[in-house]
Amino acid sequence: MRKVFSKPASLSDKPFHYCPGCTHGIIHRLIAEVIDELNIKEEVIGIAPIGCAVFMYDYFDFDFLGGAHGRAPAVATGVKRVHPDKMVFTYQGDGDAAAIGTAEIVHAAARSEKITSLFINNAIYGMTGGQMAPTTLLGQESTTSPEGRSKEMAGYPIRLTEMLATLEGTVYAARVSVHDVKHIIQAKKVIKRAFEIQQKKVGFALVEVLSTCPTNWGLTPIEATKWLEQNMIPYYPLGEIKVPKEV
Amino acid sequence: MTKVTFREERCMGCELCVHACPQRIVTMAKHINAGGFHPATVVQQDKCTGCAMCALMCPDVVIEVEREEKQ
Ligand SMILES: Cc1ncc(C[n+]2csc(CCOP(=O)(O)OP(=O)(O)O)c2C)c(N)n1
Repeated sequence: MRKVFSKPASLSDKPFHYCPGCTHGIIHRLIAEVIDELNIKEEVIGIAPIGCAVFMYDYFDFDFLGGAHGRAPAVATGVKRVHPDKMVFTYQGDGDAAAIGTAEIVHAAARSEKITSLFINNAIYGMTGGQMAPTTLLGQESTTSPEGRSKEMAGYPIRLTEMLATLEGTVYAARVSVHDVKHIIQAKKVIKRAFEIQQKKVGFALVEVLSTCPTNWGLTPIEATKWLEQNMIPYYPLGEIKVPKEV
Repeated sequence: MTKVTFREERCMGCELCVHACPQRIVTMAKHINAGGFHPATVVQQDKCTGCAMCALMCPDVVIEVEREEKQ
């Protein structure tokens, strides 16, 4: 018998603490699979966020640092400049990257830091109990928009990846989703590409991953995957937004 | 021959695997695990094609899939 699927070696054996059906776990596994396939476990350094994924350093069998809320791209800049031969990636939620840390990610992209940046968009602040995020959709209920987000009160949701793609320094920008198997397979290819771009030292590579938050959306895990497909993808279209000539 | 194994102590009972299985053979067990969840399981192993869709969808890396090499 040949194993066709098992836990990637770059994941530790510690069980995830996420809520049932939360797709942070799927994204963690994809990162570990990519790191195994590229055989870079010994040279990779992850920068963990503040948010539900704050403990992610426990789940991987390689080096990690934790940044202050929103500051992962700044921490990654320091690590990469001191260790230009290491593979450095950030992992940030939408509250982390698109609210408190907007300045850090914009300037890391503008400087074209040679890092891989993963942006996990679940359209809500997960860890703190479901407040409205900059990515919360119009009409979407959250604890701070109980009647649904209104544009009069809170403005429009930010498409961070498109915004960053306008910067010269952003060499790769793509958006993927993990709401079903087909999209999970596609997401892995794109994440791998974003790491390969760093290997070639081309510049700032960004992948936005649409992710579910069943608990704070008030849905079952299966309903949450459908909600993502029906509501998030129309506003946050999937695909590669910017691809460098070199790859 | 294929074999699908669930590390049931890690399962959080989210049922995403149940939905992902094209053979519709993943079910939730009646008992509960240490975490208090009904863990996912496959009783009809003979119907499993080893496609690993359940494992790809699982957020908690519960599932392992093995397949006999074709001669
Ligand atoms: C400086 C600072 N401000 C606020 C907080 C509170 N806080 C913790 S996590 C979080 C937002 C998390 O949302 P997101 O980044 O979308 O990640 P998720 O939890 O949804 O994965 C906030 C506001 C904090 N920890 N530090």
